[in-house]
Amino acid sequence: MTILKVSGLAKRFAGQEVLRGIDLDVTKGERIAVLGASGSGKSTLLRCLNFMEMPDAGTVTLDGRTIGRRESELTLVRQRIGMVFQQFNLFPHMTALGNVMEGLRTVRRMPRDQAQARAGKELARVGLADKAANYPAHLSGGQKQRVAIARALAMDPELLLFDEPTSALDPELVGEVLGVIRSLAEEGRTMLLVTHELGFAYHVATRVIFLADGTIHEQGTPDEVLKHPKKERTQSFLARHKEFSL
Amino acid sequence: MYRWDFTPVLANADLLAAGLVNTLKITGTSLACGLVLGLALALLRLSKHRWASWPAGFVIEVFRTTPPLVQLFWFFFALPLIVGIEMTPFMAAVVTFSIQSAAFFAEVFRAGIVSIERGQWDGARAIGMTHAQALRRIVLPQAVKRMIPAFMERTIELMKTTTLVATIAYADLLYAANEISQKTFRPLETFTVVALIYFVVITAFSLVARRLERRMAISGESTVH
Repeated sequence: MTILKVSGLAKRFAGQEVLRGIDLDVTKGERIAVLGASGSGKSTLLRCLNFMEMPDAGTVTLDGRTIGRRESELTLVRQRIGMVFQQFNLFPHMTALGNVMEGLRTVRRMPRDQAQARAGKELARVGLADKAANYPAHLSGGQKQRVAIARALAMDPELLLFDEPTSALDPELVGEVLGVIRSLAEEGRTMLLVTHELGFAYHVATRVIFLADGTIHEQGTPDEVLKHPKKERTQSFLARHKEFSL
Repeated sequence: MYRWDFTPVLANADLLAAGLVNTLKITGTSLACGLVLGLALALLRLSKHRWASWPAGFVIEVFRTTPPLVQLFWFFFALPLIVGIEMTPFMAAVVTFSIQSAAFFAEVFRAGIVSIERGQWDGARAIGMTHAQALRRIVLPQAVKRMIPAFMERTIELMKTTTLVATIAYADLLYAANEISQKTFRPLETFTVVALIYFVVITAFSLVARRLERRMAISGESTVH
């Protein structure tokens, strides 16, 4: 079942075409890894899916309904499409629990005790039940990112977007975040993941998309794209990732 | 050698007290109105729409670039002629100092809001917040924390500027001082006492504000990102 359908998506920044006509169908339960060199439009593609960036052309259809541009509609869409950022973007003036509760309280208007219980459950799921009272300044990068994941999960999204979730982390902290993402994958959640962790993409993704020049240059199963790429640009991209171990 | 004698001044303590109350009334009212209006001006100024940002920018500039005394006279003498409503000195003073403070606060609010990194807006919008919710819950609480020193500075400035109301015969602390010095022929003592009162009140305010700032800094992060 297709839950998200993207067609003809285009985005320009200051005259520069970043995305030029992306067509993409996301089926429920699919885990799509989005790869590409820097500047290939990976992040922009993700940010256009929940309209953090306004596409210049093309449509995004969620559950058969084409998404418009009105704020009231976009706020509903963004609750259904969760997003996790490279820089976490936690709210520094709120505790970990406060961060996870915030959407439930302010957006969903859930009563405090319910929101608190729900947020506590999400923090426990990412292994941070004991850090509920900590402010972000007193969390490690990996913990911050796990709180950010809990914050997105609290809204019960049907689709999760991860925008380079481990790129800002010290190497020794990458594992804990990937572990959480992997457990979400095992639950059968639908997700799109922009990443440079090719090994992780290989093991966790059900489909790999390679972006180049704002278009989908090559896509297929992890095995097809990562082990037996057909296109020359995909091959040279993979060759440049020397540390890449399958 | 001049012989200092404070007794005649202290005998008029009730006049000074009444003057101080009036000074605090004008300062407090103007501060409250100025903050609300200042936030509104800042939001208009930050608007994408030229029809909103341009007039707000105009008001801010006019009030930042004209002398407070001129503004006060204008609201007291000229505005009533134009709109045909009588202005009491208190009304004229509150209107003048509110808008004037708003113009300054607007710039402080604006600087504070734009100092909050884009990622905070992103984080808020990504969980489905509207622009207004993101502003109220995420951006402003962090921005206000950064703005407290500027607010304090401006409030102190405001309290001192309100002495201008004496020129339109509003019985503030300075007006009381004038009256007492003329009555007692003790201007040196009178103005010394008045300076002391301003010093004490403003210092007390600074201490309270600074403590508040520290407490806000302790609850949660303040500098680390």
